[in-house]
Amino acid sequence: MRVAPSTVFVALLLVAFAALPVYTVSFEQPFYLALVRRIMILAIAALGLNLIMGYGGLISMGHAAFIGIGGYTVGILAHHDVTSAGIQWPLALAFAAAVALVFGLISLRTRGVYFIMITLALAQMMFFLGVSLEAYGGDDGLPVLSRSDFGGAIDLGDDVTFYYFVYALLLACFWLMSRLVNSRFGMVIRGIRSNEARMQAIGFATLRYQLTAFVLAGMMAGLAGALLANHTDFINPEMAHWTRSAELLVMVLLGGMGSIAGPIVGAAALLLLEELLAGITEYWALILGPIMIVIVLFARNGLLGMIDRWSGRDG
Amino acid sequence: MRGRTAPPLSPVGKPGVAMVDPSLLFEQLLNGVQLGILLFLLASGLTLVFGIMDLMNLAHGSLYMIGAYVAAKVTILANSFLLGVAVALPATLLLGVALELLVFRRLYARGHLDQVLATFGMILFFNELVRLIWGPAGVSVPLPEILRGHIDLFGLPYPTYRVLVILVGLGVAAFLYWLVVKTRVGMLIRAGASRREMVGALGVDVARLFTIVFGIGAALAALAGVMAGPIFSVTVGMGESVLILTLVVIVVGGIGSIRGAFVGALLIGVTETMGRAFLSEIFLLFMSRDGANTAGPAVASMLVYIIMAVVLVFRPQGLFPARTG
Repeated sequence: MRVAPSTVFVALLLVAFAALPVYTVSFEQPFYLALVRRIMILAIAALGLNLIMGYGGLISMGHAAFIGIGGYTVGILAHHDVTSAGIQWPLALAFAAAVALVFGLISLRTRGVYFIMITLALAQMMFFLGVSLEAYGGDDGLPVLSRSDFGGAIDLGDDVTFYYFVYALLLACFWLMSRLVNSRFGMVIRGIRSNEARMQAIGFATLRYQLTAFVLAGMMAGLAGALLANHTDFINPEMAHWTRSAELLVMVLLGGMGSIAGPIVGAAALLLLEELLAGITEYWALILGPIMIVIVLFARNGLLGMIDRWSGRDG
Repeated sequence: MRGRTAPPLSPVGKPGVAMVDPSLLFEQLLNGVQLGILLFLLASGLTLVFGIMDLMNLAHGSLYMIGAYVAAKVTILANSFLLGVAVALPATLLLGVALELLVFRRLYARGHLDQVLATFGMILFFNELVRLIWGPAGVSVPLPEILRGHIDLFGLPYPTYRVLVILVGLGVAAFLYWLVVKTRVGMLIRAGASRREMVGALGVDVARLFTIVFGIGAALAALAGVMAGPIFSVTVGMGESVLILTLVVIVVGGIGSIRGAFVGALLIGVTETMGRAFLSEIFLLFMSRDGANTAGPAVASMLVYIIMAVVLVFRPQGLFPARTG
């Protein structure tokens, strides 16, 4: 069996993630540990977005809203001294799912550009809700003074433990996605993207499938939000800002829309590029912006697609 | 890429005043109309670009910001607001045309996702460019003496400049109506908005039409930025908050429709302003003071998005759909 070069690349990347703490601990470079942990957290949200966007063809411009909901659930509970992960995390996922259900029901009545707009508008509502929560810091946000408590089983206070916890969740989500995309459910979602009318004619209740995918993606972003609140020890409305949603879109596109691992590669590429440019100049966005335009204009199928094309030319 | 929260776009009334006095109501209504006018200037250009080229342009707000900055800096340097306006409009128009030829032209045939991401990259670029050239601090634009006073409107003293903004906006609306309904270019624009392929098939130079429309949109965005300058302060990122309101306007109005943009802009402008000014007091009628002071601003900032969601649920093509049949 011939293995695609992009698959080898993804495998190497995941191995590198696994091995990173060995390097950071022995060379005392905690910064990189935090950076890659952040990459993996956002990759979880992007993996979910890829389900509805890459496979379902629904461009959601408001996916960060669910990161905000997950983060605020954990942060607000922690603020009221409820630190037990057994309460925090199921609630974070449940809220994200409930809001995704409502948002999905509203936005899935529309298609195309209207879908982009309405998801953006709904996410803005969540953003402004966060801004107006004066009791929880309003605009400025709220520090999360203690991380989620797993009853001693997992200590998120320990950076390496937290890192591997995120890693395990990333692998679990990755596995879930790869099963899902190739399942009957995934086939229906992809079928709807190619021809919704035909799928309906065959007898599929298309809305129900799309809604399920939307809720699932929302829950994964909610999970990322819960992780992010612990990662930064802080929540603020910026978590749900529309530029964060756009960033998630960039990650999915950058990695390669048609592949399950694309968002992981995209998240890594975008955040590493940001760090790299920020190291060179204070005005890093001046370079990042045009790079994004060039990537959109010239790099079809993202980085993973490029890897396969280049190695195909060589072989 | 960290977004900044811009200050609210409408002047905020003091919450907690128990009685709503009619002159305050009238004043806020005028403020709402004036915000609506600014939104219309942005929305009319954007909705044409959207309707005709099927291009989702997030960078429209950047043109607004650049127009505002150029006008502000020239005004301060030359000590003449008029000169500021006279430089900012053609400068932004040229920038718009250059961007169309360099980047946007390549995006028309692409999907909306590519357009969103490329223009998002443009926002990053222009925000940083403005920060690099003019620094991170906001700029306030001095008005000429003659515009600083107040005009008596039915017994209410109202700032002269704001009256001027409303008048200019109405003038532009009338001009656009004439341009779109009575001229040959307008005919092609309308034809392009409803049947793009057919216009090309009939031998119209579509590429040139697109450049013209884009240039008009850029100049209108700059005009909005120029006029907004003295009212709100000119800051990096000022384009984004207004951009999102503009997107709401054109979705509510119907993509591609100037008339829809006008009605939508006034609706959104008035709702946004009145909501921020009076919602807390309305809530006070059936809520505790604490509850009203929390819920009022929260619902007020969400109000326009609620309107948009309601419109999309009941009229998915907006209030005045341009593409019929």
